[in-house]
Amino acid sequence: MKIGVFICHCGENIGRTVDCARVSKAAGFFPNVVHSVDYKYMCSDPGQNIIKQAIKDLQLDGVVVGSCSPHMHEKTFRKAVADAGVNPFLCEIANLREHVSWVHDDMDVATDKAIDLVRFAVEKVKRNAPLKTIQVPVTKRTLVIGGGISGIQAALDVANAGYEVVLVEKEPSIGGHMSQLSETFPTLDCSQCILTPRMVEVYQHPKIKLLTYSEVEKVEGFIGNFKVTIRKKARKVDDTKCTGCGDCMQKCPIKKKALSEFDENLTTRSAIYVPFPQAVPNIPVIDTEVCTYFKNGKCSMCKKVCGRDAIFFEQEDQMLTEEIGAIIVATGYKLYTIDKKPKNSEIKGYGEYGYGKYKDVIDGLQFERIASASGPTSGEFKRPSDGKEPKKIVFIQCVGSRDESKGFSYCSKICCMYTAKHAMLYKHKVHDGEAYVFYMDIRSGGKMYDEFVRRAIEEDGVKYIRGRVSRIYEENGKYIVKGEDTLAGVPVEIDADMVVLATAMIAQPEASKLAQTIGIPYDKYGYFVEVHPKLRPVESSSGGIFLAGACHSPRDIPDSVAMASAAAAKAMVLFGSDMLEREPTIALVNENLCAGCFYCKKVCAYNAIEVKQIFDRQGNFVKEVAYVNSGLCQGCGTCNATCPSKSIELIGYTDEQIYAEIAALM
Amino acid sequence: MSHHNTTHVRTISDDISDITSQNPELCYQCGKCSAGCPLRNYMDEAPNVVVRYIQLGLYEKALNSATIWLCAGCLTCSSRCPKNFDLAKFMDAVREIALRNGIKVKDKNILKFHKAFLRQIKNHGRSWEMGLVKDYKMTSFDLFSDVENSPKMLLDGKLNIFPHNVKGKDKIKSIFEKTEVKKCK
Repeated sequence: MKIGVFICHCGENIGRTVDCARVSKAAGFFPNVVHSVDYKYMCSDPGQNIIKQAIKDLQLDGVVVGSCSPHMHEKTFRKAVADAGVNPFLCEIANLREHVSWVHDDMDVATDKAIDLVRFAVEKVKRNAPLKTIQVPVTKRTLVIGGGISGIQAALDVANAGYEVVLVEKEPSIGGHMSQLSETFPTLDCSQCILTPRMVEVYQHPKIKLLTYSEVEKVEGFIGNFKVTIRKKARKVDDTKCTGCGDCMQKCPIKKKALSEFDENLTTRSAIYVPFPQAVPNIPVIDTEVCTYFKNGKCSMCKKVCGRDAIFFEQEDQMLTEEIGAIIVATGYKLYTIDKKPKNSEIKGYGEYGYGKYKDVIDGLQFERIASASGPTSGEFKRPSDGKEPKKIVFIQCVGSRDESKGFSYCSKICCMYTAKHAMLYKHKVHDGEAYVFYMDIRSGGKMYDEFVRRAIEEDGVKYIRGRVSRIYEENGKYIVKGEDTLAGVPVEIDADMVVLATAMIAQPEASKLAQTIGIPYDKYGYFVEVHPKLRPVESSSGGIFLAGACHSPRDIPDSVAMASAAAAKAMVLFGSDMLEREPTIALVNENLCAGCFYCKKVCAYNAIEVKQIFDRQGNFVKEVAYVNSGLCQGCGTCNATCPSKSIELIGYTDEQIYAEIAALM
Repeated sequence: MSHHNTTHVRTISDDISDITSQNPELCYQCGKCSAGCPLRNYMDEAPNVVVRYIQLGLYEKALNSATIWLCAGCLTCSSRCPKNFDLAKFMDAVREIALRNGIKVKDKNILKFHKAFLRQIKNHGRSWEMGLVKDYKMTSFDLFSDVENSPKMLLDGKLNIFPHNVKGKDKIKSIFEKTEVKKCK
């Protein structure tokens, strides 16, 4: 074998701490190395040409590049090698940046280590076999999980490109939190007016299969070839017959027992209901927890009045399976509540703000409902306790957010903007009202965002006070808000009629469960994690599963929409080819050695090990052995390490190769 | 590359970190401590400002403030701090450093009260209110303040005539003898 070694300086990144010339000189003496050079930027076009030219001139059949992490440029160099006519799997990377120059100070020691790592890679490449990538077909259908603005945007983009979409929403209607909002910053356009046409577009789109009141139950398979099981929860209403006339809701005798989720518990709703009048689909659902029929079988008023005979009390949950190629996760967020008993034990409530016992201390979404023309007060400012117009409102930012003692250290990103909007909307309607905002910092990065906050202060007369509020308590019908203006260094006490808390955006409580179902990582807060924070921000680490919107991190509408379109584009990139290429570095079973203990099956995280039966020529059963599904195997090597009879090898990382590498270091 | 500053000079901020096991830089100056402090109106500087002085290296200003002596250690700030910063503990450390550096205490009686309290612990292993009152009044000559509260406190059983000692109070005394800072002005 004729091996070429190419040492990269990575500008100064490697060259500052590693004597690259000495490394390339030393490598020239390794057995089988016939060529060894160093260059400032090996990944650049001229750098790659050095490699290609050497391959051609010297008929190299093995290449070692001493450079940055293989995560960064393995693909680049393998492609260069392939362009020069050598199998790309005969190129190995020695990581001289992350493993050497970035973690060492002493040049001599670092250079010695770099030489060792190059020797290590040379020994491996000597034993590399030329490999071929695996080809798998692609199902060109997308599953979008979540029907908020992110899911709607992603579904429409993919569908408009001509690919089929299955949109799954767990609530009875799509629309998400955006449908609850009054007006949106920084332009103050009506949220419903811009959202509802898109909801209808989803409903009517020939390429979109809309499944509301449904949840993803199981995801099997792999990129391009997922099999997804979806639970269509029983609405107790036949959606093929219902016309959405609303007679059932009007006649339902239960009017006050259930709090309206859409109005954030500020109003009540009937037992058979649509979340809001513009719901898509406009088909009601029966809340079996409060419905009298489901409690004691006595009432069936809705069934009696329904002219279409659509009420279907006996309806059961349905299981559907869908063949899917790409999944876009857009499950959104929830607002943190200051209650005493939050569901997650890591999260604490706010005793100092009354644990939610004061009726007029509300959160941002409740304020949105009050400010909304479709809300419980038809957009007039009336406080929940007695319906009086509040003359003095205090807005408090960072409630829960940036509060480690309550369980969240992150900034929720949108509250600075929506609080400015809230205060502005209030001042526009209640001219003699006073609005105070307590803030720690104003984070208004975004197009026309800071101008918007300044407008609230300069033109609408909102009083901003820098400091966190320590306590809220009730005294003589007023809510006393105790704060400190840290800029002036003076204590502040405001007797407010109403207090609005900009509570933190948090992950959906079921987010971690969903992440486990579909197999994507999530962080300690329950937000889904991207592969690379800068260069691959919308991809999860599981191939073919993309992220959109606030399920990834707190974000506002424009950011969510942009991310959703990006995720849609990623799905369409996948659909651009009929066959997918996968890395051939997967596990391979030696069937002669395999004893069929199936320890490998137990430890495999990707369900890639199957049971294969071996028969002799006469057709007699001989034994069962492990079989690796090449579509599912991710090449992690766990089975390889577990196998007691050493009958599984990881292609490209065989025991022989690993031992040779270790020997090279000794 | 090494990014560590090898020529670091120890500062009062480091001393506070060591005494309290928490870095003063943890405080992000939201002001919630000052907002909730029951003694805020009597202080010359807001509590968060004292932390800011330490963060900025303005140690003289922090050590000379009356705030550190007015802090009653009620822990309202510590329990509400969004950063879990124990400000009461921090104030204790600043007071200790002020005493070690011989800084003049703004209100002498406050120090006398602290000392009178500690003497109760030293002698009885726990607080003895009657002894505390006697000790404080005798050392400060502040004879008449709060006297009007005493009948009610006596009736409520808050003032015991006799001390109630803990077991092994000698051991507590020896702890005091080993750790006491001898010279305090």
